[in-house]
Amino acid sequence: MTFWSDPDGFLANWLIHLLAGIGIPAGIAQAIGYALGAAVLSTGALLFVLFLIWLERKMIGRVQDRLGPNRLGPWGIFQSIADMLKIFTKEYITPDGADKVPYNLSPILTVGAVIMVWAVVPLAITVYGVDLNVGLLYIIAVGSLGEMGILMAGWGSNNKYALLGAFRAAAQLISYEVPMVLSLLIPVMLSGSLNMNKIVQHQDIWYVLFAPLAAFIFFITSIAEVGRAPFDLTEAESELVAGFNIEYSGLKFGMFYVADFLHSFTISLLVSVVFLGGWRGPGAEASPLLGFVYLILKTSLVNFIIIIERASLPRFRIDQMMDFTWKVLTPVMLILLVATALLEKTMAMAGLVPWMRSGILFILNIVLLFVADTVVRGHLARRPRPDVRGKERPVARPENYFSQPGSGV
Amino acid sequence: MLSNWLYIGIFMVVALFLPAAAIFIAGLLAPKKANSIKNSTYECGIETVGASWIQFKAQYYVFALVFLVFDVETVFLFPWAVAYNQMTLFGVLEAIVFILILLGGLVYAWRKGALEWH
Amino acid sequence: MTSLQIIFLVVAALTLVSACLVVMTRRIMHAALWLVLSLMGVAMVYATLQSGFFAVVQVLVYIGAISTLIIFAVMMTRNVMEDVGPQSNRGWGLALVGSAVLFGGICGVLLTWNGMQTALIEIPAVNGENIQMLGLSLVDPMGFLIPFEVASVLLLAAMVAAIFLTGDIKRSRS
Repeated sequence: MTFWSDPDGFLANWLIHLLAGIGIPAGIAQAIGYALGAAVLSTGALLFVLFLIWLERKMIGRVQDRLGPNRLGPWGIFQSIADMLKIFTKEYITPDGADKVPYNLSPILTVGAVIMVWAVVPLAITVYGVDLNVGLLYIIAVGSLGEMGILMAGWGSNNKYALLGAFRAAAQLISYEVPMVLSLLIPVMLSGSLNMNKIVQHQDIWYVLFAPLAAFIFFITSIAEVGRAPFDLTEAESELVAGFNIEYSGLKFGMFYVADFLHSFTISLLVSVVFLGGWRGPGAEASPLLGFVYLILKTSLVNFIIIIERASLPRFRIDQMMDFTWKVLTPVMLILLVATALLEKTMAMAGLVPWMRSGILFILNIVLLFVADTVVRGHLARRPRPDVRGKERPVARPENYFSQPGSGV
Repeated sequence: MLSNWLYIGIFMVVALFLPAAAIFIAGLLAPKKANSIKNSTYECGIETVGASWIQFKAQYYVFALVFLVFDVETVFLFPWAVAYNQMTLFGVLEAIVFILILLGGLVYAWRKGALEWH
Repeated sequence: MTSLQIIFLVVAALTLVSACLVVMTRRIMHAALWLVLSLMGVAMVYATLQSGFFAVVQVLVYIGAISTLIIFAVMMTRNVMEDVGPQSNRGWGLALVGSAVLFGGICGVLLTWNGMQTALIEIPAVNGENIQMLGLSLVDPMGFLIPFEVASVLLLAAMVAAIFLTGDIKRSRS
């Protein structure tokens, strides 16, 4: 066992031997090793957020024909570090009448829930936190802890906007969780396991080729779970001021910010692991480092799409958003699940080879996407629209001003 | 197997400890100059009327209930999906009946207008 | 005492203390949040029993769905913060005696039961996955096929009933 073929096991072995050398029993040494591994992984994830924030600001700047951060370091790359140092010295303002314990626990729980996802994600062939046999369900379950964090923030802040924002966020999260969980059933069906490592190892053909529609729906619903544009109703500035985190300041607000960016990268990671083959690629079995590079490339691509999409799409209205998940995504996903289960079983019994099965399922997915698109478009075209022509509308005329110009108010 | 869950437990403690430590350290560095205006509830400059913990409508409850039903459904479907490759066509059809019954529930909720956001 | 037993005792204490606080706290929202912690403790107990699937399902269903449902229900009530009424009624002493006797009886019966002394045998696993066994038995006519389908009908009935009841609320308001 050398470092390059199995870095995880090599370091663990080295640590246990080192600790045994100073007289610590193997059991405790293992626990220390776990704690160190967890600390390295989570600290790495948190520090990586600094880069993500810089990247997103830079890219959104480019989309909007600005330069983005460009002062500190080459291409402004140290801007996030300066921001971090600044936010560490900012005052905490706790609103009067806040429910202190939930108020203070909420940012911790929100960040913790995102970091905990990283425990089961395979980063390369032998590099993963833990080989959990219910990994995929664990990820969904941890997501619901984050939802509790949001509800606690809304409740603890003693603010109507925060409470409304938190409740809307919770309603959004639970609604989008239904199609998300249903779309994850298809990779589980194909690989026959909930274990993240086995799901990756089973993807000789990427699952996006077996179920492009499921991958697409998982991508959309994941964005909604993070609460990013176009699903960023929870922080709708114009109606809810800033959503559930309105009363937070200093690093407590910063933690929500960090959780947001880290979560968006984490869902990119999950899309790559579950649908894009994870660390799989030519030569990745022999060299974990190469596999890690492949995974980062795929994840960056997905994250790039998320950022571009944030820069391009307008925000949904809340009733449109709820309609979209309950009346479009959920029925489509249920039908896709039934069709895939039937077709895949029939083809497996007929003895078709995997690439033929994937081709037929690909066609099924595309046809279903086309049918769903046609039905939704037809429905939207038939829907009566409010007629606004010829109606008296408020116009900014001088007599409509509250204060007359020149009166000094 | 158990050591897996031990690792998850340790990971949970670490994942909660890191942000807590960061918030604590920042609290030591930060100034503390509270005053009553600063600490008042933020409502765009207008004074808050009444209690902040307002009564919500039943709408949210209905969505949560429909979600609960689907959540329990998927909990049943995950073991089925894991065993999918070992299953006969009969087993697949059973699960499809299971899904279709719940699809009927979704259609009922839709027709009754429970999925409309007001 | 092994480290597993220590972990179990800590988790059990956490579960029981937060379960007590659910009924003792005055703010109903706090009761809901303590309930979340208590349910989390139950999930941890499942994890110490090496039953990962149930630990995860406990978090997914009870914390993710049912707690959210309870919090939404709490916010539908008025006077969320100021409950000033008495927290117990006059019969609490009698209830205490009754539940103590019941608890003692259950403990006595369990201690004489043979199963308490024997270690559990591990569930046979297919390819190291005992979830697969669960999945196969769900659709096995000799296994749990009927309960599986009945569960679906039960879920449907729950959904129809909930929608019917809240539909009534809407009508009576307008």
